[in-house]
Amino acid sequence: MTGQVDEQIREKVECVYRAESGRILATLIRLLGDFDLAEDAVQDAFRAALERWPQEGVPTNPAAWLISTGRFKAIDAMRRRVRFDASQAAIGEQLYSDTTEALALDDESVHDDQLRLIFTCCHPALATEARVALTLREICGLTTEAIARAFLTGPSTLAQRIVRAKTKIREARIPYQVPGPAELPDRLDTVLQVIYLVFNEGYSASSGASLTRPDLSGEAIRLGRLLLELLTEPEVMGLLALMLLQESRRAARTSPSGDLILLENQDRSLWNRDQIAEGLTLVERALLSRRFGPYTLQAAIAAVHAEAADVASTDWAQIVALYTLLARAEPSPIIELNRAVAVAMRDGPAAGVDLIDAILARGDLADYHLAHSARADLCRRLGRRLEARASYERALALTQQEPERQFLQKRLQELG
Amino acid sequence: MKYICLGYMEPNKFETMSESERNAMVDECFTYDDVLRKNGHFAGGEALQSSHTATTLRWNKGKVLVTDGPYAETKEQLGGILILEARDLNHAIQLMSKHPGVKAGPFEIRPAADLTDMIHQSEQRRSVAK
Repeated sequence: MTGQVDEQIREKVECVYRAESGRILATLIRLLGDFDLAEDAVQDAFRAALERWPQEGVPTNPAAWLISTGRFKAIDAMRRRVRFDASQAAIGEQLYSDTTEALALDDESVHDDQLRLIFTCCHPALATEARVALTLREICGLTTEAIARAFLTGPSTLAQRIVRAKTKIREARIPYQVPGPAELPDRLDTVLQVIYLVFNEGYSASSGASLTRPDLSGEAIRLGRLLLELLTEPEVMGLLALMLLQESRRAARTSPSGDLILLENQDRSLWNRDQIAEGLTLVERALLSRRFGPYTLQAAIAAVHAEAADVASTDWAQIVALYTLLARAEPSPIIELNRAVAVAMRDGPAAGVDLIDAILARGDLADYHLAHSARADLCRRLGRRLEARASYERALALTQQEPERQFLQKRLQELG
Repeated sequence: MKYICLGYMEPNKFETMSESERNAMVDECFTYDDVLRKNGHFAGGEALQSSHTATTLRWNKGKVLVTDGPYAETKEQLGGILILEARDLNHAIQLMSKHPGVKAGPFEIRPAADLTDMIHQSEQRRSVAK
């Protein structure tokens, strides 16, 4: 009988770990003022739960119990260390004196703690790769090995990166804060950028044999959902919508043998309709707010594709209009390129080639393989085979992804 | 907490400005320095003369080598140092983002190192040595 109860309690602890450990960590970082202390405290707290809940029963508020326990264990550890290290004394005494005060464990503080953690991990004073690594480690709870594998880095390099980031947070004194209203738009941008970077890493691996790494995209979407729960901002909706709409095409994007399938050739019956529905709802909400930005516009473009039964019945005019808005919000040659491709669909290949040539003539995107493969495709449709061949070869020279290489080589063969 | 703010600028930038542009820039910077002083954030600072006036000392093959010019020939050169007193990095960033000098060139913001322990231990070693 005891064995059964213990098993139930063990499962309960694991369940609480999965659901709450992120929030618990976020709060302990605030209470203890240090990432490493807080991480140890979380582990110690859950260990204590496994030992004590079978005897004491599962507490009514497991998260609060774990936070409290973690904090006490950390303070105990620091007081023991005080005997050996005088500089810890002040911190330890300060924490101990907070014991009798309310720990601010209500929903609002905990919710703020998670936002504090996200904004700190994504702080602009940290290098981009450090932000990504820290976010995946501290918020998504991935191991350093898993993160290293996902980004094709060595685990010790990744571990060093995280250590250096935490050191910088400590020594430059990056505060554990949610940015104020004046800073929020820019700071939110850096958070969204990190999340989208993680998504893209999973959606289209930068080099190597496999085109996608689904786990990373899943993590990014989960992050997006978490952020939206915490912060109801249109661009957060827009980013989540964009990721869902792109993710909805995953099954149709590669053939069983790993070949790349372009949007125009994808079997739309393989698109995930649930993700599309959720994405469309989010885009509409974001657009209604009128405070949307580039992510929402990109999501709106993805939505037009998602709603179309096939390439021919796609509202290309609307896509061009959205790209025009996007190019204004966020001028970039890549957005211009995508707009050129849409113009080609609306007005014919010649119009598209002209726009792409204008971009290349400026010196932009000279080394961007998609610019050359897009140009090649339009030339092919116009029957300009020599130009198509030259552009396909240029694109081939510039891409490292195996499925894309095979796709380009096939096109070259078809040209004859 | 002290943050050392290093202001960099392209050497010729000042010269290529018109007199009124230069005066405007200078006035803006001095006005903001005063704001920092008034609010207790200005813990010190110096403007530097142009990098042409710099001399660099280097240890080379057992002795000091003296050369003309700044440490590194970069496009932007150090033009001034500001010692900032701020709560934390966000506060330092907020304060220096509003400094008109950032329009003239980049600011590097670095936390001052606390050498209290190191100094104390060194004093102990040196007092024993006596």
